[in-house]
Amino acid sequence: MLSLVLKRLVLAVPSLIGVVIVTFLLTRALPGDPAAYFAGPAGTKEAIEQIRVKLGLDKPLPVQFVRYVADLSRGDLGTALTTGQPVAADIRTRLPASAELTLIGLILSMSIAVPLGILAATKPGSLIDHTCRVVTTAGVSLPVFFTGLILVYVFYYLLGWAPAPLGRLDIFYSAPPQITGFYLIDSLVAGDREVFVASLKQLILPALTLGIFSLAPIARMTRASMLAVLASDFVRTARASGLAPFTVIVTYAFRNAMLPVVTTLGMVFSFLLGANVLVEKVFAWPGIGSYAVEALIASDFAPVQGFVLTMAIMYVALNLLIDLLYGLIDPRVRLEA
Amino acid sequence: MTDIAAGKQEAHETGLVATISHMRYVLGEDRVTAFASGLFVLIVAAALIGPFIVPYDPLASNTAVALKPPSLSHWFGTDQLGRDVFSRVIVATRLDFFIAIASVALVFLMGGLAGVAAGFFGGWTDRIVGRIADTIMAFPLFVLAMGIVAALGNTVQNIVLATAIVNFPLYARVARAEATVRREAGFVQAARLSGNGEFRILLGHILPNIMPIMIVQMSLTMGYAILNAAGLSFIGLGVRPPMPEWGIMVAEGAAFMVSGEWWIALFPGAALMVAVFCFNLLGDGLRDIVDPQRRT
Repeated sequence: MLSLVLKRLVLAVPSLIGVVIVTFLLTRALPGDPAAYFAGPAGTKEAIEQIRVKLGLDKPLPVQFVRYVADLSRGDLGTALTTGQPVAADIRTRLPASAELTLIGLILSMSIAVPLGILAATKPGSLIDHTCRVVTTAGVSLPVFFTGLILVYVFYYLLGWAPAPLGRLDIFYSAPPQITGFYLIDSLVAGDREVFVASLKQLILPALTLGIFSLAPIARMTRASMLAVLASDFVRTARASGLAPFTVIVTYAFRNAMLPVVTTLGMVFSFLLGANVLVEKVFAWPGIGSYAVEALIASDFAPVQGFVLTMAIMYVALNLLIDLLYGLIDPRVRLEA
Repeated sequence: MTDIAAGKQEAHETGLVATISHMRYVLGEDRVTAFASGLFVLIVAAALIGPFIVPYDPLASNTAVALKPPSLSHWFGTDQLGRDVFSRVIVATRLDFFIAIASVALVFLMGGLAGVAAGFFGGWTDRIVGRIADTIMAFPLFVLAMGIVAALGNTVQNIVLATAIVNFPLYARVARAEATVRREAGFVQAARLSGNGEFRILLGHILPNIMPIMIVQMSLTMGYAILNAAGLSFIGLGVRPPMPEWGIMVAEGAAFMVSGEWWIALFPGAALMVAVFCFNLLGDGLRDIVDPQRRT
């Protein structure tokens, strides 16, 4: 298992290098003069020149790249013009909000999509199979920001069940003392039931929006791979040996059908991290997505760079995790390593 | 000589007739694809003649009728400036459709050709194309698109470019896989023996052979392209108000959703959804015609 971990870690290195190179190139592709850009509209000629030297923009590109990598390795992502804070610090304080939202969204969609896919595969042509088909086709056509707005309209304006879509916590409550940065966990640790319920109420609609969005690929893949596995010889043998249908489906078929589903998770994460940005904008969620959007609108480039880099590194890490998970589920992968 | 030409003509005609009758058969069998084709025609019509048939000027504001719910004179209601939402939704079709078509065509030119070359030549070409595709895949796609538009400048062209770039790996992979299979095929050997250069074989023999699969790929990614572009304009990139575009119209209507004026965001959002739904269904249908084995 250790050799597998090492091998996967080594495989992730080229992706990381690629990510750093691309983010560097994106910084240099700024329209016009980056120095003038950072100096702001009121910047004088001297100020621009000063910034150019300070940023190292007067040096050749390879030297700039070395400097960029050196800054990165110290965790320096530059300073946000709008907040005046270092970007790395801003992102660190906002990351838990995004992570909590994405994780709850993923858990929600997995807990609906996987059973739905299994049921659809075990009873092809049934009502639940058709439901699954409609849900998966409709799910990929729904713009995620639109789903969010519809949920807001129905559950906030019409029914009044959900709180106003304004952030992680109602202004009447104060945030729980930070331990993990996840309000749900922190409030439980602090023993504050009221804050827990309040933050859960705020979380449920955005998480549901993300969940609906990622439902389709997971359900579709579960159904397809369950269908393939259920048609295979070992399932027939298990059935012929008189095992209970539940045992056959869950222990025999499902474990094998999990593999393609776990592989799909990589793609699902790619979509989820992107959709996160849109959902955060709709629900005024103070995560890194809305941070990047605010910076984009203010033409503040350093936070956008930091955001793209953070997201890409997280995505590479998640893919690594999925690869390792694959090894845990399928012993054959471990043998090959 | 004339006999042969005539025979060829006839064979060609029966081929065409067979294709059309096959398509008619498939559309008759597959009601869903037929329905999607109908929708597609509507969308194309709206994109082509939309601006000439709408009842109001999509940019003209009229504060006397601001924020009115749907009625007979304003089918989809009016927005905060009194602009007719129906006219704006219809007129926006052209821009959204154009963005989707342009980005899909662009990614076909970049990814499709690079992938075919990678599969056909192998070696360094393959390694370089593979490395580029892997690097793009290392990013969450929407996030990369945001970064590209932010870096290159906030214009519609850059939205098209960014959408094309994030789809590059998908096209490169499909094209590469299909080209690899055909690399040593009989017709390629024959073309080579009759003295065709490698580039000629690539463009004249391999590429036309994988076109059906690439076209399916294009129609499958059209929906994603529209969603991606609308998502970018929803967060304020690319298209600028007051230009009518579905994503930005939903963004403008978002603030009114919490106070109950649902029609401003609902109709452009629904138009977006219908368009994406149509492209996805059509893509699935086309795939069933071209490649029935991949049906899921």
